[in-house]
Amino acid sequence: MSEFTIKGHRGIGPTVAGPALVAQDNFSARYDLDRIKGIFSRPTHKLVGQNYVGCVLVLNVAKGGVATSWMLREMASRGMAPLALLLNSANPIMAQGAAFGDVPLMDRFETDITTTIRTGDWVRVVPEQGIVVVRRD
Amino acid sequence: MPVRLTDEENAMLAGAMGRPRQWAIQQQVSVAGFFDAPDLVPIAHVHMMADTESLGVAGVEFLEGFAREPEATRRMRVPTVTDPRGTDFKAYQRLRQTETMATLERRAIDAFRAMGVMMTDTCINYQIVLPPVLGEHLAFGDTGSVIYANSVCGARTNYEGGPAALAAGLSGRTPRYGYHLDRNRLGTLRFVVADQPRGWTDWGVLGGIVGRATNSYWKVPVIEGVATHPTSDELKHFGAALASYGSVALFHMIGVTPEAPDAKSVFAGPLPAPTVIDRRGFDAFYQSFRLSGDRLDVVVFAAPQLSLMETQRLAGLLQGQRVKAGTTLIACTAPEVKAAADRMGFTAAIEGAGGLFLEGVCFYQMYAREIGEAQGWKRLMSNSAKLVNIISGYGFEPVLADMETCVASALAGRMVR
Repeated sequence: MSEFTIKGHRGIGPTVAGPALVAQDNFSARYDLDRIKGIFSRPTHKLVGQNYVGCVLVLNVAKGGVATSWMLREMASRGMAPLALLLNSANPIMAQGAAFGDVPLMDRFETDITTTIRTGDWVRVVPEQGIVVVRRD
Repeated sequence: MPVRLTDEENAMLAGAMGRPRQWAIQQQVSVAGFFDAPDLVPIAHVHMMADTESLGVAGVEFLEGFAREPEATRRMRVPTVTDPRGTDFKAYQRLRQTETMATLERRAIDAFRAMGVMMTDTCINYQIVLPPVLGEHLAFGDTGSVIYANSVCGARTNYEGGPAALAAGLSGRTPRYGYHLDRNRLGTLRFVVADQPRGWTDWGVLGGIVGRATNSYWKVPVIEGVATHPTSDELKHFGAALASYGSVALFHMIGVTPEAPDAKSVFAGPLPAPTVIDRRGFDAFYQSFRLSGDRLDVVVFAAPQLSLMETQRLAGLLQGQRVKAGTTLIACTAPEVKAAADRMGFTAAIEGAGGLFLEGVCFYQMYAREIGEAQGWKRLMSNSAKLVNIISGYGFEPVLADMETCVASALAGRMVR
């Protein structure tokens, strides 16, 4: 087992820990998700068909529409939100949605987060300190 | 570095001006910290995305909580207008939307009205409500309205999602970061148009091509080589697609947009190497939205909502025609445009041909997945590069073609090439 820490910009939301779901792809709650089933539904998304609920989602950039900021809270209210979002680059919508939905969010890491973290890694996200601790078995 | 607040903002944060404004400043301080905003900037008006598909029950209950607060504490401090809703009450039953959806919509409207929000229900507010002004600070929702306000009008706004726009309306300000700051409005990428776009759909395709290549909220593409002077509708399709495919909030078009009289005005240093866009690029883009076979379920004109000029052209194409049984044609516009279209006979031409002309909604913001499943729709045709980008996530198989081809297909009941 190995453990390492990645630094990023100070984020939003509480400290959480859970399994990572990683892809070198981008993220929009409206464009990419079936929010009722809790899976990626966009046919061209690299995580299509995969369940994201309870996972620390690790993706490249935030994209697309403004709806995500309402949607994160709505998803969280049904227990269907990702546990946290780690992006190489967030946009205002993700930050606003994270603040509104109390979903942890971090971005601007010292490395490409989508290659440093692997699906299945156990990840502790500490937005207040701007760090992510990765445990790999 | 914590965000600097004025005495009035500190009073809001402390709760002295009521719970809704306290919540608003708390949200804004959190976002300001994330983006290192030095302070909050006063804004002139707000455009808020508020469709119930995104709000959900949780969002509506949240709004209703504020609507129950004392009137003096819950009213918007600056004029606030809305993006399309989720339901057109005159048409929801024909679309097989449910009573649950309509009821949720009515609850949301009641809550917004109690807060002094003006239900304009449009994403083309910059064309029909109040055009933004050069240098004006705003808080706009809907990526298409943001990119138009920033780029075509030279106003200043970030993407403000629904809760952030609500916060901006309640506090009368927004965090000063991103496109409120001069330093972030310079060009970062350069594109040269070698073959000119022809019509609205081509302009959307050009936006899609630049958007796919830009793919970042924080990059500002600069477009050179546009030989014509594009119309508001052409720039609307261009911007909406650019924002949709690339999450882009600001572009400059040399000789067209107000901050870009020439290339040296928008680049800080040497010009970056250009990416050339020619007809092959347009063709390849259309090709990425082609399907085999000609089966067709639904033709949609939306995203953005139609202007009066687009409505006039659609009505002209449908006048005296008949949409083939088994195929549905839907067009979406703003209530103000719909009222004008009613007066001018355009609605009669569209609905006389069997089309559905909806007001105050936009196709992808009105429970497209649920409607598609209830109606058995899968194969969709549209002239909107933005819509075909979004709608596959809702279970549709989209094809992109110009308005004339889309109408010909609706009349034939199959995808015409």
